[in-house]
Amino acid sequence: MATTEKMGTPVDPPQPPDDVDGRMWTNRLRTSFFGTYPPEKLLPDRQPAYVASWIYVFGVATIAGFIMLVVSGLVLSFEGPTWYHTSSTGHFVNSVHFWSVQLFMLSMVVHLWGKFWMAAWRGRRAMTWVTGALAFFSSIGTAFTGFLVQSNFESQWIAFEAKDGLNAVGVGPWFNVANAGQMLLLHVCLLPVVVGVIVVWHVLLVRKHGVVPPIPLEHDPADQPVATPQARS
Amino acid sequence: MPFVIASGSLNGPATYLSWGWVGISLTNLIVMLVTVLVFVLAVLLPFPHDGDDE
Amino acid sequence: MSARRTSSDVAALPWAGPVRRYDIVKEFVIALVVMAVLSVGLAVAFGSPDEEALTFKGWGTTAADNFYAVTVGELAGTTESAGYGPPYQDGDGLAVGPLRPQKWMGVRLPVDAADDFVITPLKSQAQTSEVTAALAAWQAATPDQRTTWATALDDAVQATADADGALHPDQVASGDYGPVPALAQGLTEMAASGSLDGAMLSQGAFYGSADYTKAILFMGDGSYLDDAATAQNLQGNTWGMMNGTNSYPGQPWLWWASLWYQIPTFNPAEGATTTTSLQDNADAWIFYIIGVIGLVIIFFPFIPGLRSIPRWIPVHRLIWRTYYRVHGNDHLV
Repeated sequence: MATTEKMGTPVDPPQPPDDVDGRMWTNRLRTSFFGTYPPEKLLPDRQPAYVASWIYVFGVATIAGFIMLVVSGLVLSFEGPTWYHTSSTGHFVNSVHFWSVQLFMLSMVVHLWGKFWMAAWRGRRAMTWVTGALAFFSSIGTAFTGFLVQSNFESQWIAFEAKDGLNAVGVGPWFNVANAGQMLLLHVCLLPVVVGVIVVWHVLLVRKHGVVPPIPLEHDPADQPVATPQARS
Repeated sequence: MPFVIASGSLNGPATYLSWGWVGISLTNLIVMLVTVLVFVLAVLLPFPHDGDDE
Repeated sequence: MSARRTSSDVAALPWAGPVRRYDIVKEFVIALVVMAVLSVGLAVAFGSPDEEALTFKGWGTTAADNFYAVTVGELAGTTESAGYGPPYQDGDGLAVGPLRPQKWMGVRLPVDAADDFVITPLKSQAQTSEVTAALAAWQAATPDQRTTWATALDDAVQATADADGALHPDQVASGDYGPVPALAQGLTEMAASGSLDGAMLSQGAFYGSADYTKAILFMGDGSYLDDAATAQNLQGNTWGMMNGTNSYPGQPWLWWASLWYQIPTFNPAEGATTTTSLQDNADAWIFYIIGVIGLVIIFFPFIPGLRSIPRWIPVHRLIWRTYYRVHGNDHLV
């Protein structure tokens, strides 16, 4: 079979064969995905020369922070929502989870500031910015549900206060901050998945479009005015 | 499984700073200033070049 | 010859300029190690906040007078949660101009303060003969009669307020309060004994649903929860949305949301006797403002003017200074 012979060989930007195989959903999906994302694009070993600043590490730092949150959160979830109040090990794991939030948000904010000053939405990268902003706000929402499920005084007060704003905009009954069961399931199940999916989408967009090039200087350092476009080499 | 657990050195009452209607806890202020500092350092500090520009 | 390309068109092209080796997997592993070391280090050094939850038992023992007074208020329907409006009861709720989503969403989490906070918990366990008789009298009375009794006692309790605003139910003037004093006293004792906490959550079932709506509403009506929040600087108008308990960092990333609760437009001055419509509906206004800010941030690339700020304030000259020095505008235009 022609397709069997092709397995294991490098994939060129493919044209789907005009036959029954080519119309298969599997083939179409594989062709489409790996056409846009060949392995060397998913895991590149080169970056443009301008990717040479510490500001560029804060995206991956944010992802690392997210992983720390998930790992410490999984330990907490394994032992149940009130374990950490009475166990010293639990308190330690909770502390790791707590400080991971601070480090995660710090990294995300520095990453956001960097991307803002780079105007990183240029060159058809608007969706990269949009998904990044969605990741930011869904992370805040996830953190919010986290504060609500601490089963301590802070959870009580935050629930009591937050209900007013959410009721005022007609959201309260469906996102009931006083319903610790709902908030726990959102925090542990739904919202991390939402954040994870958005982050994967965001990173795939970065891989697809590449890191945004520098904003051109209004005057070239060699003091020549910005004139004709560079010919493509 | 013993862990070295701090007694929780941040468990005392917070220090609050205020200017007019702007008020902030010292710890929150430190977190904000550290964030700004990290951003400034990230932009200014030289990034290692291993001479592999092609 | 085609029209001259904009620099944004150029930015959309695959990069054709100089490249460098960049080990992203190594970078990721280093980032993970650094984050692990930092979070574990901070955890070991500082621990984490964990202020114990308040209980009805605590309220009923350390602030029993306030608990009694609030219970009377629940029976009279004068507390905040008794007359909150949607989603707990009928009402108008907050509005911003023609927008009334609080009213439109309707009563989806029905709460009857007198029944849910007082009568049902009292009936959930054996009571003294005095309380049992009071319950029977309450059940047998008409709604109007209940309101008359409870309001009379509520007024009388409020009249005992001293210079600090503390209430003294033991100094209430005599009057026709029906079974209300016995009900309130019975619930206060039930709270102090510790059994109200379980009753409020389980509502008679074995497996509670972990829905603390009624418990939170009831507890929020009194000074016990409120005073504890004030002591921790957690009130909305003291940047509470941003603060943590004790000396721990809170949510500094919420400064842009917490900000609005501080400004006089939405925050009545201390001791003000009247409030404006904006102040009355502050929660609605502020959440819409927060929503608009969120949308602006999300759709930033599409907003002319705002999206040009990075060009006007050229922080990018610092970020890309090496590239500019070596290559100028090569491959950028």
